[in-house]
Amino acid sequence: MKQQEIRAGVIAAIKAIAPEVEEDELVSGQPLRAQVDLDSMDWLNVLIELHQRFGIDIPEVDYARLDTLDAIVSYLSGRLG
Amino acid sequence: MFEFNLPSLGADMDKGTLLEWKVVPGQVVRKGDVVAVVDTSKAAVDVEIWSDGTVQELLADIGREIPVGTPIIALRAPGEAVSAKPARPGKSDKSTPATASAAYAAAPAPLALQAPATTFSATPARQPVSPAARRRAAELGLPLDKVAATGVQGSITLRDVEQAAAAAAQAVAPGSAKPIAAPSAGAKVAVDRNAEMRRAIAAAMHKSKQEIPHYYLSETIPMRKALDWLRAVNEKRPVTARLLPAALLLKAVALATRDFPEVNGLFVNGVYHASAVTHIGVAISLRQGGLIAPALHDIGARALDTVMLELADLVRRCRAGSLRSSEMSDPTITVTNLGDQGVQAVFGVIYPPQVALVGFGRLAERPWVEDGKLVVMPVVTASLSADHRVSDGHRGALFLMRISDLLQQPEEL
Repeated sequence: MKQQEIRAGVIAAIKAIAPEVEEDELVSGQPLRAQVDLDSMDWLNVLIELHQRFGIDIPEVDYARLDTLDAIVSYLSGRLG
Repeated sequence: MFEFNLPSLGADMDKGTLLEWKVVPGQVVRKGDVVAVVDTSKAAVDVEIWSDGTVQELLADIGREIPVGTPIIALRAPGEAVSAKPARPGKSDKSTPATASAAYAAAPAPLALQAPATTFSATPARQPVSPAARRRAAELGLPLDKVAATGVQGSITLRDVEQAAAAAAQAVAPGSAKPIAAPSAGAKVAVDRNAEMRRAIAAAMHKSKQEIPHYYLSETIPMRKALDWLRAVNEKRPVTARLLPAALLLKAVALATRDFPEVNGLFVNGVYHASAVTHIGVAISLRQGGLIAPALHDIGARALDTVMLELADLVRRCRAGSLRSSEMSDPTITVTNLGDQGVQAVFGVIYPPQVALVGFGRLAERPWVEDGKLVVMPVVTASLSADHRVSDGHRGALFLMRISDLLQQPEEL
């Protein structure tokens, strides 16, 4: 899967939980949860969305690596192979 | 025959706008069925009925604003004949055509109809009004049921009347007819809704700070055992079945209330009513701004997995703006968790008529002394805001310590 597609899927997952998010306003390299105001319940729901879209179950130990939009995209593309 | 009244929608909600009927005349309903959808400034609320019966007549109009406590549906009790004429078969008197209203009056008050919280509703049938407010309302030709009360004991003050008059003038100005607020009618309505929610929160919090002598306590709770246990449990689970620390915190509060009835109940008209069950109001921030605290019912009796599922469902429905009337009306204590993006501690304002609020700050690692050694410990600061009319600091402290103790044995939760 191409990076572009993964990125689009991640943004769609975020928008499913936080519909007010505008893609243009997201800074890819900045911490995501502070930009979008995702609490732990929202974050869990984003991960569930990602699970449904990509079929990847992200273990809890990897959460800390997923702090920015770029990091999530590269993590997923790594897992998707 | 009996009437179903619009139940309480929470202490800061004294009215709702009827959006939709979920039943039709002739339909059989069971206790807990959703009979109507009512819009409040915070969310669309599914109104649940509190008794079995058959719908006889719908008594309210869609689009109309309805004060809490207003009859909205006339129903026949289970087994009651379709005809309303023989009001009471045993005593029926042929000469007097037993009118419907007589039948209503004669019927035993259907206690089951009333949600527990409805009886504690902040808007009693007889609305207290200050003399100046009554006079001014009469001058303005303003019906008092259109005025939101912010005074002591839910009374209408002169200022309430002035504000309601100003709001009414504004509402009427753009057109001749009274505008009916539909929930999705654009930005103007969204702004009104936010303003209305802000007003509702302001009224409840103002009442709280004016009437409730708060005291505040806090305790830092070590969370290593709880988090280690959670990590071990979650490792084996798919993302769809994972537990959040919030589920542990809520369950611990629910269990702790069992031995502390003085923090779990409602203070109404100068009398405290301890609650036998614990319905935790969970403070949830809405994405568009504002706050709502609907109830998780009796979670002390539920498995942790169920608590998590119900919490996730409640948050999802809150954000979608779809809640049930029982959730809005009957929390017996509130928990606020400013969460992992939040601050170290929160000292909350009690949500009347409740008497306590437990707050949790951010889970964070801090220096900690354990067995004489300095270690790094994940901790959370728990706080209690409680009503001094009902409890004292000593008992409040024991309650907080109980929560802390319960969190040291997460496998027992």
